[in-house]
Amino acid sequence: MNLRMIKYTLGWLLMFEAGFFLVPIITAAAYREREIIHFALAMAICAAVAALMLIGKPKTRTMYAREGFIIVALSWILLSIFGSLPFMFTGVTTSFVDALFETVSGFTTTGASILPAVEDLPRCILMWRSFTHWVGGMGVLVFMMAFLPLGGAKNMHIMKAESPGPSVSKLVPHVRTTALILYSIYFILTVIQFILLLCGGMSVFEALNTAFATAGTGGFGVKNDSMASYSSYLQIVVTVFMLLFSLNFSAYYLAFKCRFKDAFNSEIRAFLCIVAVAIALVTFNIRDMFSTVGEALKHSAFTVASLISTTGFSTTDFAAWPAFAITVMLLVMFVGACAGSTGGGIKVSRIIILFKGVIKEIKSLLHPRRVNKITMDSRPVEPDVVRGVNSYIVFYVLLFASSVLILSVENYDFLTTFSAVTATINNVGPGMSMVGPMCNFVFLSPLSKMVLIFDMLAGRLELFPMLLLFAPSTWKNK
Amino acid sequence: MNIIIVGCGRVGQTLAAQLNEEGNNITVVDVSAESVNDLVSRHDIMGVVGNGATHTVLQEAGIGSADLMIAVTGSDELNLLCCLIAKKEGNCQTIAKVKNPVFSAEAPYLKDELGLAMVINPEHAAASEIARVLRFPSAIKIETFAKGRVELLKFRIPEGSRIIGMSVKEVMIKLGCDILFCTAERGSEAHIVHGDFVFESKDVISIIASPKSASEFFAKIGYKSHSVKKAMIVGAGDTTHYLCDILQKSGISLKIVEKDEDICSDIADKWDDVAVIHGDANDKEILLEEGLEDMGAFVALTGLDEENILLSLYAKSVGDVKIITRINRVDYDDVIKHLDLDTTVYPKAITADMIVRYVRAMKNTMGSNVETLYNVIKGKVEASEFIVRENSPITGVPLAELKFKDNVLIAAILRGKKVIIPRGYDVICPGDNVVIVSGTMALHDICDVLR
Repeated sequence: MNLRMIKYTLGWLLMFEAGFFLVPIITAAAYREREIIHFALAMAICAAVAALMLIGKPKTRTMYAREGFIIVALSWILLSIFGSLPFMFTGVTTSFVDALFETVSGFTTTGASILPAVEDLPRCILMWRSFTHWVGGMGVLVFMMAFLPLGGAKNMHIMKAESPGPSVSKLVPHVRTTALILYSIYFILTVIQFILLLCGGMSVFEALNTAFATAGTGGFGVKNDSMASYSSYLQIVVTVFMLLFSLNFSAYYLAFKCRFKDAFNSEIRAFLCIVAVAIALVTFNIRDMFSTVGEALKHSAFTVASLISTTGFSTTDFAAWPAFAITVMLLVMFVGACAGSTGGGIKVSRIIILFKGVIKEIKSLLHPRRVNKITMDSRPVEPDVVRGVNSYIVFYVLLFASSVLILSVENYDFLTTFSAVTATINNVGPGMSMVGPMCNFVFLSPLSKMVLIFDMLAGRLELFPMLLLFAPSTWKNK
Repeated sequence: MNIIIVGCGRVGQTLAAQLNEEGNNITVVDVSAESVNDLVSRHDIMGVVGNGATHTVLQEAGIGSADLMIAVTGSDELNLLCCLIAKKEGNCQTIAKVKNPVFSAEAPYLKDELGLAMVINPEHAAASEIARVLRFPSAIKIETFAKGRVELLKFRIPEGSRIIGMSVKEVMIKLGCDILFCTAERGSEAHIVHGDFVFESKDVISIIASPKSASEFFAKIGYKSHSVKKAMIVGAGDTTHYLCDILQKSGISLKIVEKDEDICSDIADKWDDVAVIHGDANDKEILLEEGLEDMGAFVALTGLDEENILLSLYAKSVGDVKIITRINRVDYDDVIKHLDLDTTVYPKAITADMIVRYVRAMKNTMGSNVETLYNVIKGKVEASEFIVRENSPITGVPLAELKFKDNVLIAAILRGKKVIIPRGYDVICPGDNVVIVSGTMALHDICDVLR
């Protein structure tokens, strides 16, 4: 294994993180907040460690899939540890686990918080939380690849490990150009949303934070009641952009290239169908709770968009809705966004492949000799991809079950335990019952928090990189 | 430059790797998902699975914005069809690999009528390389520049040669030949030689010279430099066809051993002065019976690399025969290099070289163009020929006063009919053809050699 190359790449990553600290530092400077010192200290530490790691260039730059996975998993862990420094320095959180939880929740675009009253916090801290969403949404390593010529072709291993979805394909021949295109789309969409929010009367600070949190499909808000106190216009803008950011980004590229047929593929169609059906069901179920059906529709659309895109904003306490609505919402949390978006969850394309797999099995039970192939957009799905999806689901269920088991030790009600794991492993944020949109995760024990931190990272990186990190055979040199 | 390569065979792989290295945007197309995925995971390129002769697949591969489409699948007809459709779909240049003798005779027609930029025939290219070596067997490899006026010859220093132990400077003074030493390979080391390099036995040396000076040089160091009189060829594939064509009336008598009776009679029908033996060349007795010991050269051209290598090594053990071995697999050349073979011919590498040369010339719009390009030592040293245009900063200044990059050698200057092996006081003029041997890869323009 090329340990030097791993060290070198991680060094660059920390260097980039040191650069990211500039955003809260500028915010602190703009609002003359004294926390600027804490952020500067965090930045200095980060840069110093990075500089140490960058000493000694690797002899060879060869990387294989194994190095790619390790780099991705370690990057995210290191990123979170160093990202949590400001939380501790400023004294916003009392323990390291809390600080780590908040940062991991930020980078993985989960949005589950342990901070009770965000309105009292310094603005630079709020900005840092939102900015971690933005950086984590598209992937830090993808960001790095767009600007650093590190390993050429081998970067594909990193991109594969960091980008969500069952199979990752490039838009253009070079990995670096692909990363640049993706980030440009991301940036442009964020700017458009920012401008639309400004038009709706939001302050620059709030608009920027909301745009970052929506773009990364994160969900950290700057208000104690999340989105509830904003005007209908702002809520609708956020609804639309939550959905836009949960579409596959390559669709935007294809649409830009006028290949609309390829852009509007079966995954996006299925995603939009699921959204429409879920909104209809929830609206019907909660119609009596609001004065008009329009009001109910607005709230249900916002909530469904927020949960299926795994953002986690809320306009109302949806945990208090009837059981049917809650069940529908829990289900869409599992479905998640499209592959190649910034959202989490199992991903629509995996669900489609799974469903087609089940149908194929049923067909072959009826006609054992029939040759069945799984196709998507009239292309055969490679057996490798199908196998990957199947093992993903198996790991997913195992991790989910064991997390619920560990959390249940604390003896909270089942919905709390179950939805806490659901909300973190799918990178949604708020769950139901005691971890609902109007509550937070602060009351859990450190052990439970550590489990949820692992779930968030595993969920964001699609399980395998995190699991491989703990597999002994990864580290054996054979 | 945006390049689409249809066919992920060995030629396709070599091309994708090399052209990507030179900073082009490569998209490969193949029907086999497995070979596309393999290639894409190894290089920073894009892959499309599908038949390259369909417009949907070409569209997906981005034919609209492509500058060049290279069709190098195993089937000539498919390659030609790909080019036709690519031409219709996009505004790009097209290159087709065509190896069947039936089509190759019509190459100029195809090129003009179908609007192809280039028709490449790996088998024919290999055959001409073999023919050159047969005419001048002291060399392992002969590449020609400027229509044969300058040659780049590779040879192995024979044991007991008088230049062993001498340095390059001493050899130049003592022999007084108008040649230039370019590269030396010893074991796994390979580099461009400098004046202090001392020759050892079994070193593989390459020189640049006009054909006449080269013969003189070889005579002086004790190599026989006459053409082969009798050659035995094993295997009668396309290369053998072309070789018979090239060598007819050349005074070299050919004997072909082939196990397929139909192919035997086919060859016998076409060339009556070629002796065709129907038999299995793996049978030592047949080879001996047909006079392997008296042959000047033994050429192994079967479709199997292993068989070619084994037969060649056997022939070498039998007598003082010049061995020429055809090898399909490009990637094991560093291993094969260590075997006691004389000349190895890689048709796939020749094809890739020719296409890379074309791409570089296409990329280049200013100054001068790459006329010819050879890999002298694979991946380390290459030789390229440029035409110098007016106003190039390299003209009008004595070579000794120009600041060259390391590992660059101005190997020959061709002015009109004159061949100049350059020394420090020589000057490059506009209109000259200049041959440059360089260790830095990918020269696109002659000015690239300057610091």
